[in-house]
Amino acid sequence: MAEMWINMGPQHPMTHGLWNLRVKVDGETIVDAEPEVGYLHRGIEKICEGLTYPQIIPIADRLCYGSSFTWSHLYCLTAEDLMDVEVPERAEYIRVMAIEMQRIASHLMWLAAYAGDLGLSVGFTNAMRDREVFIDLLQGLAGSRLTYNYPRIGGVAHDLPPNFERDALRTVRYMEQRLKEYEDLFDNSKIFMMRNVGIGILRKEDGIDLGVTGPSLRASGASYDLRKDMPYSVYPEIDFNVATHKDGDCYARYRVRMDEMWECCSIIRQALKKMPKGKWRVVAPRNAPASTGLGRVEDPRGEAVMYVVGDGSDKPYRLKIRSPIFVTLSAAPKILVGYKLADVVVIMGGLDMCLGENDR
Amino acid sequence: MNLFEFCYGIIHWLVDLVNNLWYRLGDVLPWYFGDFFTGVGDFAASDSHLSFMTILLESIIIILVALINVLNFLWIFRKISGRILDFYGPYYVGYRIGGWLQNLADGIKLFLKEIIVPTKADKLGFFLAPIIFVGSSLLILSVIPLSENFGLSTNSSGEYVPAGALFALAAFSIAPFAILLAGWSSNNKYTLIGGMRSAAQMMSYEIPLILCAASVFLLAGSFNFVDIVDAQRDIWFFVPMFIGFVVFLVCLIAEVEIVPFDLPEAEAELVEGWTTEYGGMRFGLFYMTTAIRSYAGGALATALFLGGWQGPSLIPDEIWFLIKAYIVYTVFMWLTWSVPRIRIDQMLGLGWRRLLPLAVLNLLIAAVLKTGGWF
Repeated sequence: MAEMWINMGPQHPMTHGLWNLRVKVDGETIVDAEPEVGYLHRGIEKICEGLTYPQIIPIADRLCYGSSFTWSHLYCLTAEDLMDVEVPERAEYIRVMAIEMQRIASHLMWLAAYAGDLGLSVGFTNAMRDREVFIDLLQGLAGSRLTYNYPRIGGVAHDLPPNFERDALRTVRYMEQRLKEYEDLFDNSKIFMMRNVGIGILRKEDGIDLGVTGPSLRASGASYDLRKDMPYSVYPEIDFNVATHKDGDCYARYRVRMDEMWECCSIIRQALKKMPKGKWRVVAPRNAPASTGLGRVEDPRGEAVMYVVGDGSDKPYRLKIRSPIFVTLSAAPKILVGYKLADVVVIMGGLDMCLGENDR
Repeated sequence: MNLFEFCYGIIHWLVDLVNNLWYRLGDVLPWYFGDFFTGVGDFAASDSHLSFMTILLESIIIILVALINVLNFLWIFRKISGRILDFYGPYYVGYRIGGWLQNLADGIKLFLKEIIVPTKADKLGFFLAPIIFVGSSLLILSVIPLSENFGLSTNSSGEYVPAGALFALAAFSIAPFAILLAGWSSNNKYTLIGGMRSAAQMMSYEIPLILCAASVFLLAGSFNFVDIVDAQRDIWFFVPMFIGFVVFLVCLIAEVEIVPFDLPEAEAELVEGWTTEYGGMRFGLFYMTTAIRSYAGGALATALFLGGWQGPSLIPDEIWFLIKAYIVYTVFMWLTWSVPRIRIDQMLGLGWRRLLPLAVLNLLIAAVLKTGGWF
């Protein structure tokens, strides 16, 4: 059969956003692939140059609707590094707790989309419903559902709402039950295993060479997690394992994310237990010094970096964002070639695309 | 009274009514008109014309009943998906009957939509494909009887289409040609791949399906639905031929293209597969035809394996048949919403390497049972 190019995108159910994957198929087998991004470019880095430091926090939220808390937290870390602000310990614990909740919500959204891609409708609706529980929790904390605007430079906007600890522990307990159910639903499904095991293999060396980070790299056997390797916030005081898997296929990526959700539950418990009383915010200076600040965090999708240059005024001179998924996407041709057309959705779905942060 | 007699009565009465007026008209007119009128009237009252009209009326009634059932099926499809996937399903349109009217409302909405034909499409093929698809699917329904008395019979003693089951299976397998035609003529890469997949899929799943049906024909000793159901008076065929029953159900799911095997329209990778370019009521027809085929599949499984209309006589036979068909369809839905989609090469592998040997094994079991004299 003749080879032909197929555009999977920009408007396509597989994309989960707005991007274009051009695949060259020979019958059903993929012989070449070429991701095209940039459809969702909003010029966030440039917008930030015209805004004062506190005004950037809600913009940073808009980088990814799936894990907006991580991004505003990353921005606050970067600005604190620039301004040399010491954050109270209670605020750090609140942030860690909220980030882990966000991580679970993000992974659940990934799971829902992944199940939807596989045609497993019940996985889609159940994961979305359970994500809603964490969204509700974060809404109680921050006041809005998706873009929280909760962290501040020098702490968090306000203290925990009443009864938050009780609700959070209940939710975590519920989530642990649900995780067992998900493992039943997915791992015991023969068709799910047929579609996942041995598909889209990314070797460890390739992953490192291409700059892949996050669950996609950990699934290839590299134990690389910024929370352990370059600890920020109060992660050194929290006891958790880095979820890794040695196979590097789609099933390994799924497994790593599931294991991470277990770890997240444990981290939320520990953070709530160790949370001290006290202040939750210090006042940050209005103007930043003419210096630079760098923040690196472990996003649900990989290593997110933000770099800010101050010029003495109340606005940044330059803000640079390193999106993990943008780099991960460059591995697409490597992991797609040789598999079937139907595997495209599984492989690309397994990378957890988020186009907001990708195109910025 | 069976359906044939009922329809024959109606037609006879109508012809008599018309002929009375007709002959009277002939009486008042000059003789050369009168002869013509008498000739036409005699033809109308002749036996061949009456049976032809009766069969026509029968078919219309059967198709109408089947289409009402299809509406039920669509409703069950949406309600059960709601139950499993955690939402209500249709609710407000026809509030008192559980949202049953939602499908009619959707149908009206689809009728009002513009029909768009792609510029570079092959117009004739694009036009013909839905007709063949829907027509061949309705053709299946025409020969499936709901009971001994409710079915397409060719004479007053209730004799049925002699090879009805064979005819139903043959009509079942026309659809891939329509799908291939639709996929090719739409001039779109997704539809092309969808059409090709459909052809490959149907081809490989038709064979085990027919082999399972063949073992039933072997046990029953007939291609006729009524004889097949009669043969299950002592024991329903799914008990001695359990393997065949399971294989038959799996193949049916592949034939009606619902989730584990809905590769021709795999929405994640092929957008809507071979139906991508069809909009408006043409899409509605495809949607409806999926339900028609599901109904036909459920009815086939019921008639061939589940004892057809047999059951305690508290409820009419027709209702028994429909209940069984609905249960088969519900099992399909249950499967559909709880398993992921399989990949095309895995699916073909499953068809050729697992189902085909199992179907042959089932045929062997049937042959042993038959020669051993148990049936």
